[in-house]
Amino acid sequence: MDLFNHLIFGFSVALSLQNLLYCLIGVLVGTLIGVLPGIGPVATIAMLLPLTFNVPPVAAMIMLAGIYYGAMYGGSTTSILVNLPGETASVVTCIDGYQMARQGRAGAALAIAAIGSFFAGTVCTLLIALFAPPLAEFALKFSSAEYFSLMLMGLVAAAVLAHGDMVKSLAMVVVGLLLGIVGADVNSGMKRFAFGIYELADGIGVATIAVGVFAVGEILSNLSDPEERQVFTSKVTNLFPTKEDLKQSFGAIVRGTGVGAFFGVLPGTTPAIASFSSYMVEKKLAKDPSRFGHGAIEGVAGPESANNADAQCKFIPMLTLGIPASGTMALMLGALMIFGIAPGPQVMTEKPDLFWGLIASMWIGNVMLLVLNLPLIGMWVSLLKLPYRLLFPAIMAFSAIGIYSTNNSSFDVYLMAIFGILGIVWRMLDCSPVPMMLGFVLGPMVEENLRRALQVSRGDPSVFVTRPFSLAFIVATVLILIVMAAPAVRKWWGTAEASSR
Amino acid sequence: MKIELRSNKDFWAGIMLIATGAASIFIARGYPFGSTMRMGPGYFPSVLGAILLLFGIYVMITGLRRGEKIAVRCSLRALIVLPLSLVAFGVLMTHAGFIPALVVLIFGSASAGRDVKFVEVLLLTVILTGLSVAVFIWGLGLPYPLIKGI
Repeated sequence: MDLFNHLIFGFSVALSLQNLLYCLIGVLVGTLIGVLPGIGPVATIAMLLPLTFNVPPVAAMIMLAGIYYGAMYGGSTTSILVNLPGETASVVTCIDGYQMARQGRAGAALAIAAIGSFFAGTVCTLLIALFAPPLAEFALKFSSAEYFSLMLMGLVAAAVLAHGDMVKSLAMVVVGLLLGIVGADVNSGMKRFAFGIYELADGIGVATIAVGVFAVGEILSNLSDPEERQVFTSKVTNLFPTKEDLKQSFGAIVRGTGVGAFFGVLPGTTPAIASFSSYMVEKKLAKDPSRFGHGAIEGVAGPESANNADAQCKFIPMLTLGIPASGTMALMLGALMIFGIAPGPQVMTEKPDLFWGLIASMWIGNVMLLVLNLPLIGMWVSLLKLPYRLLFPAIMAFSAIGIYSTNNSSFDVYLMAIFGILGIVWRMLDCSPVPMMLGFVLGPMVEENLRRALQVSRGDPSVFVTRPFSLAFIVATVLILIVMAAPAVRKWWGTAEASSR
Repeated sequence: MKIELRSNKDFWAGIMLIATGAASIFIARGYPFGSTMRMGPGYFPSVLGAILLLFGIYVMITGLRRGEKIAVRCSLRALIVLPLSLVAFGVLMTHAGFIPALVVLIFGSASAGRDVKFVEVLLLTVILTGLSVAVFIWGLGLPYPLIKGI
C-alpha cells in the first residue's frame, strides 16, 4: 500500500537523530509557551524563525510544528491546575478541568487531556497521510485562474470566519496584500513601496512583521492592561484515570477529534472554536447535562481532543494547497518560502522527505508530549510563578536578536518597532492582525496568478467563472460571504466566539 | 446628537483604512498601470487601494452610526519606551556592539512596565545579557563583537 510506504518513509526521515532532537526542542518550547500566558505560538514561531535559517529545512519545519501543537498541550495543563488558560484554545477546558482539580482529580483530568490529544493527533496524522496526496494531485492540475480563485476563497473564508467585524477583517486582508507588494515586482523588476530604501527592495520579512505585530504588539497591549496573576496550585496525585473515567471519555474523545478535524480544514477558524463546539456537543449529548461545570470528565476530554485535532488538520490545506488557514500556518508557509521551497501541491512530490517527515514527526511529537508532559507538570507549574515583568524583557531581547540576525540589519529592528506600534493600534481599533498576516504571505502569489490568468485569457475576466473548478471556488466564496453575513448566523458565531474567549 | 469622535473605534478604523488605501493609490500612480491583459506594476496596488478606500468609508460610517468606544487601552509610557529601546538596540548594534545594545534594550523595556524595582531590573538585565551572550554568541556562533573597539 502506498499509504504505508509513505508513512514508513516519513518515519525514516523523522526518526533521524537530528530530527528527533529538533522535534523534542519544538514540543518542549511549545509546552513552555503554552503554559505561559501572554505569549502564544505565533509570536514564538516568529521569534525562533530567524534562528532556524542555518538548520536543514526538514528539521526546522519539524521544530516549528512541534511548537504549535506542543502549545495546545501546555495550554490544557494550566487550565486544569490553576484555572488559567495559557492559550485561548484551552479556555473551555478550565470549566470542568479546574473543577476536577478542586475535587482532587487533577491527575485524571491531565491524563485524559493528554490521552485525548494523543488520540486526536494519531487520527489526524493518518487523515493527513490519507487525504493530502489525492488533494495535492488534484491541485496539481490547477492553472492560474483556479489558484487565484482558491486563494480568494481561502482569504475571504479566513477573514469572515475569524472573530470580530467581518468587513474590518476583509479590509485587513487587503492591508496585508498591500504589505506583501513591498519590494521588487517579479514581472518588471520595478521596486514598489520601497521609498528608495535599500533594505525594502527585497520586501518585508515575514518574521519581522510577525514579531512586530504579535510579540511587540502583544507586549504593548499586556503592559497597558496589567492583570494580576494569582496561582493556586492543587496537588497532583494519582495520575491514572480510573476505568470509569476512560469509559466515560472515550466517546467524547472520538467526537472531539471529529469536530476538531472538521473545523481544522476550514480556514480562519481558531482551535478555540473547535474546542468550544466540542464542549457544546458533549453537553447536548450527555444524559445528565447538569454535571457539566462541576467536573465532568467529558468536558475535558472532548475539547482537548478537538483543539489538538484542529491544530494538526490545519496542516492539510497548508501543505497540499499552499493556503494558510491560520496565523501560525501563514508563518509556516513563510518559513517554507524562506527555505526556498515554493508552497503548493508540488511540495509533496518535489520534497517528499519534508512532507512525509513532517507528518511522521507530528505523531512522534505527540508521543513525546504524552510521555514527557505528565512527569514534567511540576516544573511547568513552577514556571507559572514567573511574573510577566521578568518575562517580557526576555521576549523583547530574543525577538530583537533574532530579527537583527536575519539580515544583520538594524533596519529590520526598526521595522519591527514600527509593526509593534501598528500592532497595538490595530488592536485598539479592533482590526484583527491575523487576516493581515494571511494576506501578507499570499500577496505576491495572488498578484502573480491574477496577472497570469488574465494574460492567458487576453484580459477577459470571465476566465474565473468559465473554468469549472475556478467557478466552484468563486461560488463557494460568495456563499460563505452570504451565509456569514446573515444576521442570525453572525449572532450565533459571535456568541460561540465570545464564550470561547 | 453629538457623537464623541475622539474615542470612536470604527470611525478611526475607517480613517486608518482610508488613509492606507489613498496612500497606496497615490504611490501606485507613479508605476506603469498597464492593461487588464498586461498588468503593470501599478495595477494591483491601485485596485487594492480602491477596495480599501471603499471598505474604509463603510467602516467609518458604521462607526458614526454605532459610536462604539475604543475598549483596549494603551499605556503611553510603554508605547514610547519599547519602540525607542528597539531603535537604541539597532543603533548600538552597529556602533557599540552586542553587550551595550542588549543592556540598553533589556533595561529600557523592563522599565516600561509598572511598579518597576530598580534592583530587580538591574539584576534581570545582567542575567539576560549573560544568557544571550552564552546562547547566541558562544552557542549559536553569531558573528557580533561583544563590545566594539576591544
